[in-house]
Amino acid sequence: MTEESIFAGFGGQGILSMGMILAYAGMIEGKEVCWMPSYGPEMRGGTANATTIISDKSISSPIISRFDTVVALNQPSVDKFESKIKPGGTIIYDASNIINPPTRDDITIFGVAGSEAAINLKNMRVLNIVILGSFIAARKTVTPEAIMKALASVLPERYHHLLPVNQKAFEAGMELVINYK
Amino acid sequence: MGEIKLMKGNEALSEALIRAGCDGYFGYPITPQSEVIEYLSREANARTGMVVLQAESEVASINMVYGAAGTGRRVCTTSSSPGISLMQEGISYIASAELPCLVVNIVRGGPGLGTIQPSQADYFQATKGGGHGDYHMIVLAPYNVQEMVDHVKLGFELGEKYRTPVMILGDGALGQMMEKVELFEQMPRKTEFPDWATTGKKEGIHRSIITSLFIQPEVMEQVNLRLQAKYREIEKNEVLYQTINCEDADYIFTGFGLGSRIAMKAMEMAREKGHKVGLIRPITVYPFPYDIYKEFAGKVKGILDIEMNAGQMVEDVRLAVEGKTQVEFYGRMGGMIAGPDEVYEYFEEKFLGGK
Repeated sequence: MTEESIFAGFGGQGILSMGMILAYAGMIEGKEVCWMPSYGPEMRGGTANATTIISDKSISSPIISRFDTVVALNQPSVDKFESKIKPGGTIIYDASNIINPPTRDDITIFGVAGSEAAINLKNMRVLNIVILGSFIAARKTVTPEAIMKALASVLPERYHHLLPVNQKAFEAGMELVINYK
Repeated sequence: MGEIKLMKGNEALSEALIRAGCDGYFGYPITPQSEVIEYLSREANARTGMVVLQAESEVASINMVYGAAGTGRRVCTTSSSPGISLMQEGISYIASAELPCLVVNIVRGGPGLGTIQPSQADYFQATKGGGHGDYHMIVLAPYNVQEMVDHVKLGFELGEKYRTPVMILGDGALGQMMEKVELFEQMPRKTEFPDWATTGKKEGIHRSIITSLFIQPEVMEQVNLRLQAKYREIEKNEVLYQTINCEDADYIFTGFGLGSRIAMKAMEMAREKGHKVGLIRPITVYPFPYDIYKEFAGKVKGILDIEMNAGQMVEDVRLAVEGKTQVEFYGRMGGMIAGPDEVYEYFEEKFLGGK
């Protein structure tokens, strides 16, 4: 198993954290992991992305041309990365943030109502965890339990009171894919 | 097994500095390696008593390294390309004075102030002597976060063995990316110092002098001959490289650091399509592993070198193969990184007639 994914959106949406939590969860499960963020001026208010690779084998290049899965939280990310998905791959996007959805017919498309789920939880900042839930439900790269363990490790202790709302967000995100029509 | 953690390259390198019993770090922040001084100022002094000092400039940092290295301590500075350029005078002095130290360059796109994105355009500067005079540093080229850790320990050991500055030549991507790392155990800081160190002259102890000024040319020539003899020893004993899939290879991909990982992925793509491609990855870029290229030069149909620059290591590859095989180069510059797809397409175009 090798999952070559990219998480992309606006700076401030928790894009880099999504990939980092996934990488951490992969490590907890004993897999090889690599997390490569975009960094630099484009992160401030512009687009941010993090390539995240999880594999049973050792990982060669952290720079990859094509992805198994793209997670897009804004329109520029859909526009930029839709063409870079391998045939048979997957795109997961936040439907509330996208006007022009992906159109390819050789990939699996999940336009999930992530922002609405976050609003229902009265915390827009958990949008990234909602979408990470959708990602795990769609791709099963690691177990949900590993993600929650990773979240507890990545989140500084002073924020641990936020773990329950993140758990709910994660589960809501999974359901968006499980019940996807 | 040591402790396994998920760490950014810059943080892993910093943790390795503390664990290697480093006595002093002198640096000045610059993207993409500012995490090093951030991490060290947070962690180092409280844990080992290591001195961590933000100097007023890179010129000051390297001269603090020069002074502290003269006392026989384990010392280090880190920077990125423009900052390393500022240090070249100091590095030349340290090489001439024959002092061990570790200089880390997390390379970004140049020339000039350039960009903050990953690059490998400082290969010439690192391996051919970026400062003045006939000198070399041992240059280690990590290709993953694990080697960012391992090369700290190795770098200190080699530097002390040969009394020479050692460079870790990374790049912005290696500094910023996170991977699993196995950390070595905390090593004690040194309590005994070599004979040549300036540790304060007491009664009955000989006087140590650290200098790079030898005003008489006859003396300076002797210093040069001693340095050159040392470089020949290093070239004989310390060459490190890795080969993958070379046994049956018709073609060889090569690159150092992050470039070698892009080459590795392109090699995997080529193997999937049935082309017998192997990989040579220099781990030390000075001393350069000329012999392994020479060995394969007569056996393969071609070598493709991948770098994040305009073609620098490729000159050493060409020198090694002496025209015995076709050598092609593919690289992107200024902080842009070639994807494995474009590398593979270039391979098809150059070696397989664009099939």
